Amino acid sequence: MTLIASSIGRKLTMALSGLFLIVFLTQHFAINITSVFSETLFNEISHFMGNNPLVQYVFQPILILGVLFHFTMGFVLELQNWKSREHKYKSYKGGANAPWVSRNMILSGIVILSFLGLHLYDFWVPEMNYKYVEVLPLDPNRYFEELVHRFENPVRVGIYTLSFVFLALHLYHGFASSFQSVGLNNKYSKAIKSITVAFSIVVPIGFVFIALFHHLTAF
Amino acid sequence: MMNLTLKIWRQANANAKGKMETYQMQEVSPDMSFLEMMDVLNEELIDKGIDPVAFDHDCREGICGMCSMFINGEAHGPDRLVTTCQLHMRKFKDGDTITIEPFRAKAFPVIKDLTVDRSSFDRIQQAGGFVSVNTSGNTQDANAIPIEKHDADKAFDAAACIGCGACVATCKNASAMLFVSAKVSQYALLPQGKVEATDRVLNMVNQMDEEGFGNCTNTGACEVECPKGISLENIARMNREYLYASLKG
Amino acid sequence: MALDSKIPKGPLADKWTKHKSNINLVSPANKRLIDVIVVGTGLAGASASATLAELGYNVKTFCFQDSPRRAHSIAAQGGINAAKNYQGDGDSTYRLFYDTIKGGDYRSREANVHRLAEVSTNIIDQCVAQGVPFARDYGGLLDNRSFGGVLVSRTFYAKGQTGQQLLLGAYSAMNRQIGRGKIKMYNRHEMMELVVVDGKARGIIARNLVNGKLERHSAHAVVIASGGYGNVFFLSTNAMGSNVSAAWKIHKKGAHFANPCFTQIHPTCIPVSGEHQSKLTLMSESLRNDGRIWVPKKLEDVKAIREGRLKPTDLKEEDRDYYLERRYPAFGNLVPRDVASRAAKERCDEGYGVNKTGEAVYLDFAAAIQRYGKEQAHVKGLDENDAALVKKLGQDVIRAKYGNLFQMYEKIVDQNPYETPMMIYPAVHYTMGGVWVDYNLMTSIPGCYAIGEANFSDHGANRLGASALMQGLADGYFVLPYTIGDYLADDIRTGTIDTDLPEFEKAEASVKAQMEAFVNNDGTHTVDYYHRKLGKIMWDKCGMSRNTKGLNEAITEIKSLREDFYKNVKVPGSTGEFNPELAKAARVADFLELGELFAKDALERNESCGGHFREESQTPEGEAMRDDENFTYVSAWEFKGEPAKAKLHKEQLDYEEIEVKTRSYK
Repeated sequence: MTLIASSIGRKLTMALSGLFLIVFLTQHFAINITSVFSETLFNEISHFMGNNPLVQYVFQPILILGVLFHFTMGFVLELQNWKSREHKYKSYKGGANAPWVSRNMILSGIVILSFLGLHLYDFWVPEMNYKYVEVLPLDPNRYFEELVHRFENPVRVGIYTLSFVFLALHLYHGFASSFQSVGLNNKYSKAIKSITVAFSIVVPIGFVFIALFHHLTAF
Repeated sequence: MMNLTLKIWRQANANAKGKMETYQMQEVSPDMSFLEMMDVLNEELIDKGIDPVAFDHDCREGICGMCSMFINGEAHGPDRLVTTCQLHMRKFKDGDTITIEPFRAKAFPVIKDLTVDRSSFDRIQQAGGFVSVNTSGNTQDANAIPIEKHDADKAFDAAACIGCGACVATCKNASAMLFVSAKVSQYALLPQGKVEATDRVLNMVNQMDEEGFGNCTNTGACEVECPKGISLENIARMNREYLYASLKG
Repeated sequence: MALDSKIPKGPLADKWTKHKSNINLVSPANKRLIDVIVVGTGLAGASASATLAELGYNVKTFCFQDSPRRAHSIAAQGGINAAKNYQGDGDSTYRLFYDTIKGGDYRSREANVHRLAEVSTNIIDQCVAQGVPFARDYGGLLDNRSFGGVLVSRTFYAKGQTGQQLLLGAYSAMNRQIGRGKIKMYNRHEMMELVVVDGKARGIIARNLVNGKLERHSAHAVVIASGGYGNVFFLSTNAMGSNVSAAWKIHKKGAHFANPCFTQIHPTCIPVSGEHQSKLTLMSESLRNDGRIWVPKKLEDVKAIREGRLKPTDLKEEDRDYYLERRYPAFGNLVPRDVASRAAKERCDEGYGVNKTGEAVYLDFAAAIQRYGKEQAHVKGLDENDAALVKKLGQDVIRAKYGNLFQMYEKIVDQNPYETPMMIYPAVHYTMGGVWVDYNLMTSIPGCYAIGEANFSDHGANRLGASALMQGLADGYFVLPYTIGDYLADDIRTGTIDTDLPEFEKAEASVKAQMEAFVNNDGTHTVDYYHRKLGKIMWDKCGMSRNTKGLNEAITEIKSLREDFYKNVKVPGSTGEFNPELAKAARVADFLELGELFAKDALERNESCGGHFREESQTPEGEAMRDDENFTYVSAWEFKGEPAKAKLHKEQLDYEEIEVKTRSYK
């Protein structure tokens, strides 16, 4: 209980939920990238993910909780941090001692959260609707078409691209930072930072690539 | 010789509203320390019948940790690994405007002008920043427990903290993690301190939270601005110690 | 009243042990009924507060800083001596005792110094148990280094921040007791007056510096641990707030002030850079282990250097005067502080000073860099004739040893000491003189004690490096907490002292009147104006060398400066607010009185000893000459209304174990 009530405990939970979301992001990316080279494989995996009871009734709720927790706690902490300096500086040179990304996690977080809203509206809501509200017949081959369909609109692709830039920024600080939060700062930290840089560039670019790929090849 | 414009936070007491005031300084020697420049300003203000600027300072050699100014948006000013008293005017240029504010945090309320109350740091130490050994001198011989040099050196590096509060002042969240972790680390690294490590970290962190400091978001600003170069490693160590202590305790 | 030093009878080595067994004790139950006030939180005050609280007394501790951790003990760099003999180089309690007496030029009290040497080893044990991170060797055991004026390695250290680590250790012990409620800590409080009831110290009037309110605090005993008075010189290595006020207030209430003229001028400080200078920065004495001190041999070279036409590094070896090595071949650059300081002054007075003001000498590491570089090259099997490589390797060694000091120098002077020699000049550093105390550390006011630098007892006329930390902690941890029981044993039935007593009322009224007089004075000059003037008189006439004429002038000048101060000082603001200028005014007022007594004492002591050099008393070669026949005593001054009227009491110093000899470092 002290864990969730104390500053360090909360920081730890932020780190752990963040790392969990990174794992999710990785598998999400791994699945999506298959859509670039194999429609069949993509459909197969999507169908599995969408209908496996373990994924649907265990992993999916955990994921939802994880997301909810991560951003709710993010807001709680930000509010608390904001209050811990009620009187602000007239002149504050934040850039002199800390990178922009680390100081603006709340901003990148909000952008990602908004994107998440759009994303859920695009994919998850229709999916839930399809499966549980209207209870339409199982069609293991519909996923790819739906995906491609979403990326027809250039505005949407633009929004996706922008959002992924912010995701990259969020990851750039958050990934390595979560290791510090769980108490890891040693000779491996350099390697973790390198992995962070690679991950925060490759994965968002990969997602953007997928969107652009389908946008450009759809016609 | 330089001419400077100073913008300084003036606040008569803890309850007063306070505002920035502008003062002109002529003929400032680049060899002066920042605080000597402030001394000259105060002499001039007294001559003019204006209340001099109250600021904390004592040893003026960068070790007591009493001086505490936020200069041009940075704790202890633009130079690195120095306190305000070691900052010299040669770091500024003729014609510069220098903004001087107190260290700001909810846990560091302003007393007057640039003077703030940092007794929250004392209270954190009182909550557990010690080894519970009595001071009779009848302990075992100092060489009875050898300590690996590497650990002893790391403990020293952590113990070099001067408690000035620059970490809090510079942190965008006004977090005191670097300060607290330095003390926790010093003891955690030494066999003498390990005995009560669990209670220490829990109590000190608890007190830190009660004082109203913000949360650490690993921006690393504290490490950069720390006049003694206290490492972020200490924060990671405290996180570890805390996690272990919470699970155990 | 005759001075009674209360030195226990018996052989020197047994005195302390026997004394501890014979003095009165207060039972644990009764300690709860007794209050003790401690003023100051340096090594002595913090350690005393912690131990007194540990023993069960109710302690109230005061410091003027915003936290007890800021006391100026924190700035001590080099180390702390202890006769542990871990290095097996023949050290012993006796040798530490002997070195301290000799270093103090035979003007300290034998019994006190022996006790200091005895408890020195406990200090190290205690500090290690508290988690003080002393330097260690690769085997995990404690490391030692050597300091000026001794022939063994007995100095324990924590890089160049030993004072900081020891003080934080004592502060942590205090914090533990504050947490337990046994110490009540008053930060940002200044002691303004001692309250004496029926001839006994029974409390103080303190001023809350944040709101200016005067507070009455009572106790059964008052301990003064407020440090030294080096700031009487305005420029010194002391902190800006270091002051004599607590010690001076008790002096004015009846405590004798001993040997005020014994001041240590430290040879290795960063020279004054200009008119605006507010304080001086010390460079640890440990630098003299590797640095060679010199000035040019020829005056034309000096001129060229001052005008910037010649770089010191360009000067040939034969044109340099390594004057310490020349005059003192046996100890060379490692002569004691007083000797090194006077030698630097002698060269600069002759016109050989190397900076613009003519008050600086060189401290050169080039030779050490070469020596270490060659050694390293040899060890690593590299080319010993590769000049660039040797230099780099040598600089690395120097960096590892003194890196933080070199960095500090570079920040202040803006020159790179790895490439060009440092410039140094002596500066006021430590005051051996202070409040007179007996063997129990009690002043001549019953119930009022003085410990650490505030008292006079252990260093005689000159303090050896790394001995101040030892004394502060010895007094605070291991001496005072026991000896104070002897006095307090009579107070177990007294009960709490009432702060409504007329003595408290009177003391508070006098402080109030002084504070109001300052802010209502409406004068013309700031407090610093007077402090600087006082400092100049002190430095010019009571500094490294003193003579009858100068001292007489100083006495007159200080007196008239003091009168001018009360007439014309300008203190802004009011008494009821945070007012640093007002606090400063009260401190300078006391310095203006002490300064006069200082000069009077220096005049009276017509001999040269340790840090006190009278031009009338020197050998034909210009070395200090003691006059043991006439001056083997402690001068204890009793206040009689004003400094000029102070009455001298002499405490004869008897040396039972030690043969008094001429100090020679040749």
